[in-house]
Amino acid sequence: MINKIIDSFDEAVADIFDGAVILMGGFGPANGTPSNLLRALERKGVKNLTLVANTPGYGRLPPGAKPFRKTPPNYDDGGILIQSGQVTRVICAFPGMSRPGISSPLHEKFYEGKLQVEMVPQGTLAERIRAAKAGISAFYVPTGADTVLEKGKETRFFDGRKNVLEYPIKADFALIRAYKGDRYGNLVYQGTSRNFNPVMAGAAKITIAEVDMTVPLGSLDPEAIVTPSIYVDRVVPRKRMDQGV
Amino acid sequence: MKARLDEQTMALRVAREFQDGMVINLGYGIPTLAANFIPEDKEVIFHSENGCLGYGPSPTSEAEEDFHLVNATGSFATRKPGMSFFSHDESFAMIRGRHIDLCVLGGLQVSEKGDLANWATSYNNIGNIGGAMDLASGAARLIVVMTHTTKDNKPKILKECTYPLTAPRCVNLIVTDIAVMEVTTKGLLLKETAPGWSVEEVQALTEPRLLISPDLKQMEI
Repeated sequence: MINKIIDSFDEAVADIFDGAVILMGGFGPANGTPSNLLRALERKGVKNLTLVANTPGYGRLPPGAKPFRKTPPNYDDGGILIQSGQVTRVICAFPGMSRPGISSPLHEKFYEGKLQVEMVPQGTLAERIRAAKAGISAFYVPTGADTVLEKGKETRFFDGRKNVLEYPIKADFALIRAYKGDRYGNLVYQGTSRNFNPVMAGAAKITIAEVDMTVPLGSLDPEAIVTPSIYVDRVVPRKRMDQGV
Repeated sequence: MKARLDEQTMALRVAREFQDGMVINLGYGIPTLAANFIPEDKEVIFHSENGCLGYGPSPTSEAEEDFHLVNATGSFATRKPGMSFFSHDESFAMIRGRHIDLCVLGGLQVSEKGDLANWATSYNNIGNIGGAMDLASGAARLIVVMTHTTKDNKPKILKECTYPLTAPRCVNLIVTDIAVMEVTTKGLLLKETAPGWSVEEVQALTEPRLLISPDLKQMEI
């Protein structure tokens, strides 16, 4: 029997090791961030991680500090792993704003010299992750040509336009967030909480999906499944809705 | 100091560029405000990098706020008939495949060749690229809306950008608080000036030499 459902967030991240490269779904302080998996990783205390995410996040704000945006209840982002010193390298498109009273943990650790940061344009970030998932060895893209991001990269002209050669981001674990999942690992999402999650599913050696609920096999419409089961290794529910119905 | 257009009026002027049927991406800041001024006889579709086409205006009450529906600036949006959701790779296929008819971005500097700098003020700072590089190099048409000068009245429209570039030769139209200029192969063509501003006054705050449109007019607001 195929059953990818694991009931414990801690158990789901138990094999994540020091030095692992981790993809994290989500887009800023909205839903679609695997908050429980991130907290489990924080408890586990693994170190020297590389975090790949559009927006790594602000972590836990100092008491009384007003967040930039409202966040969902019980929300945590990748910033908690930067604050805890577990992340030593970040690959991202949007480190976040900093303002008096709140600078993101990314900015703090970077300027302290404790964090390496690689900036990648958002579309190139998505495509480098997709390339890893799809077995594409490299690709050319005009984005970043004739900018500081071209430095050290191969370039080539296509149709009279300069392109930059970009490589896949090869990761060990993808931590993603979805709405519903079944025991095969099929996933559906809600609204803009989809964002990077379906791109990252299958782009790492192991994909772990935090879902709002697990549902019985067959209850997700095959026409509407966004992430097919093949890309998902573990499904960890916030709520089980697949048993005893 | 002479009166300049406020942000709302600049956004209104930008929205005059919206054509019926366009798919439009609005960047952070003043560009986002343009969504409030869609001409009544035009139907347009807004695209958001985080995977949404055809979202509606900001919610008017807290009850309407949905954490599953935010735009690329992280602000709440609302549902609208005809809208669709998709993932980030699909979203940037739309951008890089030139399917976005019009993009409006904020700017820190624009050069006379249409180079844009809008993501960092120094090569030593981290900055925020987000989707700007992809949008600048991928949108079919790019409008930059920004104040004409810095806070200490230095030109932001320059012969060459001094800040890190977002993309080279990508800007088509510049809307500022004192003028509207089109980027042409010969240079920047001054098409409109804000009420009360002369060509000479605009030129004095612009580093490159402006070409003057034969149809030069005062901005209608």
